Amino acid sequence: MNIVVCIKQILDPEIPARDFRVDSVKCEAERGSANLVTNIFCENALETALQFREAQGGKITAISCGPEGAEDVLRKALALKADDAVLVLNEAPNADPLFVAKTLAAGIRKIGPFDAVLVGREAGDWGAGQTGGLLAEELQVPCISFAENLQPSAASGAVKVKRQTDSGWELLESATPLVITITNHEKNVPRIPKTRDVMQSYRKPLVKWTLAELGIDPSTANSYYRVAELFIPRKETQCEFISGDTLEAKIDAFAHRVTDCMRSM
Amino acid sequence: MIVQDVVCYLFGRAGFDRAAQGILGAGRRLADSLGEKLRAAVLGPADDALTAGAQAVADTVVLAEDAPLEEYHPENFLTALATICNQLQPTAVLLGNDTYSQELAPRLAHRLGGSAASDAVEVVAEGGQLRVTRGVYGGKATAVIALCRSPGVVWVRARAMAPADPTGRPAGEVQRLKLGLKADERVKVVSRHVEAKEGVPLEEARLIVSGGRGLGGPEPFKELQALAKAMGAQMAASRAACDAGWVPPSWQVGQTGKKVAPELYMAIAISGASQHIMGIADAKVICAINRDPDAPIFKHCRFGLVEDYQKVVGPLRDKLSRHS
Ligand SMILES: Cc1cc2nc3c(=O)[nH]c(=O)nc-3n(C[C@H](O)[C@H](O)[C@H](O)COP(=O)(O)OP(=O)(O)OC[C@H]3O[C@@H](n4cnc5c(N)ncnc54)[C@H](O)[C@@H]3O)c2cc1C
Ligand SMILES: Nc1ncnc2c1ncn2[C@@H]1O[C@H](COP(=O)(O)O)[C@@H](O)[C@H]1O
Repeated sequence: MNIVVCIKQILDPEIPARDFRVDSVKCEAERGSANLVTNIFCENALETALQFREAQGGKITAISCGPEGAEDVLRKALALKADDAVLVLNEAPNADPLFVAKTLAAGIRKIGPFDAVLVGREAGDWGAGQTGGLLAEELQVPCISFAENLQPSAASGAVKVKRQTDSGWELLESATPLVITITNHEKNVPRIPKTRDVMQSYRKPLVKWTLAELGIDPSTANSYYRVAELFIPRKETQCEFISGDTLEAKIDAFAHRVTDCMRSM
Repeated sequence: MIVQDVVCYLFGRAGFDRAAQGILGAGRRLADSLGEKLRAAVLGPADDALTAGAQAVADTVVLAEDAPLEEYHPENFLTALATICNQLQPTAVLLGNDTYSQELAPRLAHRLGGSAASDAVEVVAEGGQLRVTRGVYGGKATAVIALCRSPGVVWVRARAMAPADPTGRPAGEVQRLKLGLKADERVKVVSRHVEAKEGVPLEEARLIVSGGRGLGGPEPFKELQALAKAMGAQMAASRAACDAGWVPPSWQVGQTGKKVAPELYMAIAISGASQHIMGIADAKVICAINRDPDAPIFKHCRFGLVEDYQKVVGPLRDKLSRHS
């Protein structure tokens, strides 16, 4: 199987709210002292691909669309033993999901035949949750969303995918090629690369393509949607910390507050 | 192109639940603001309550009951919905935030030549464009997204949307459509598993007890469960607890989990990351037990207890079961 994993670099989503600022004119988050990291669901997707390759063999190509600095997330994928890596250079900061999907689709076609494209269910910055579906439409293949794993199928030219639903899970079987969006699960928690492999990843080849090489017009980066406003909502609640002389008294007071709430329902 | 009307997509099998009511409410208000008609598109078997409920709010109710729509199937539902929308040529298509609707929305927008937006808390029409308000950066910021293409396909936080008042409105006309849909051969649903869970869905629970990574393992969740039972509450968890495999993924609350709106949400050993808060923004009262007084969760709490949960959960259960 040829598996392509789409990887996005984002501003560290774990930075505390008090350190987070936005530029409301440019409608962008301010970088500040925050790190740029791999989107967690892309890591889950890569982990899913690595596990599939370990069990079934195959090849993994990591692809990202972003500025020069996005090379870092691809180096990390190489350190985790992705076979190949491709960076499509795009400097537009707020490119919309259709632009990204068209660019990735063009990149994937240039890479060659594929069986499965794995993407994250959503990116931890803008949380669009659209790239997978749009990519499937661009590539004209089926799409299975919120998958937690990828399994071989007894039928040739097909895979099985276990995916999460609101009330449990379901098992789907699909012909390849297809697009799968990956969600988090205890079995796809990303592995940590070894230091030696991180060092070696810098010696591995990494292909860079420009938008022009893929026939993508950068002026279309916001013809699907654009961010009209970006601001930090103000909402803080005054917390009453339960006090008391003894633990028992505190628990008692806490229980009273709870029963008050339950009574007023 | 002359665009008109608002289409609300409803999943027949879900029935006339709070989500369906919220989608129709949001659709009705948007259609009224545009001076347009509201069409409800119901895919799959619809019961009488759903048909009547949709008729009470929408101007027309389109029922599509082709055999391939008997059970949810991503490709079949997408094709059916795209076919219906191509006939109706709407300005906007609204869907709910169940996982099935989430996966349909962007693909539907693509097929219709429109633009999609996700997780909307508000949708308005301005100067011929839809504008969608949503949380971004894990809930740390709010964005207004302007959709450049038509139709705007938006999935909304369905249960947070107010239902429409049907008073004085004539019942919408029902149209039964035969789409002549050919079942997709590429994707098969092999099996479907619904987790056994007592009581109402988490999204509709009025009391929720939720546990996080600070519990340290699956065993303490049993203690929380006893507390929840004593209160008549539903159980939920943070992503960290789900990722650890302590509880099923369907318990996860937050940006990428369930959006809940209980009267009381009790967070135990949960730090209160913004992504978690995104799922509980509509809770009436949030309270927490956390041993760290600086845990961000307290910034969202009406009241809180700074303690080790191990010392609190057992006695709290005893006190609350005596009260009820
Ligand atoms: C794109 C994205 C989407 C995400 N989606 C979600 C989501 O949907 N839902 C979600 O929950 N998270 C989500 N997250 C993860 C989120 O950022 C946090 O990592 C996660 O919520 C942390 O879970 P936690 O609070 O259980 O764990 P921690 O942050 O580790 O907090 C544990 C807490 O337990 C307390 N504690 C420890 N021991 C005790 C004790 N003995 N007694 C009392 N208190 C104790 C600690 O003080 C601490 O506050 C998402 C992240 C990203 C990047
Ligand atoms: N610029 C990008 N480069 C590579 N993959 C991307 C990019 N943007 C989005 N993706 C993929 O699409 C997923 C969902 O992102 P989004 O639709 O933006 O929420 C991510 O987890 C990635 O797998």
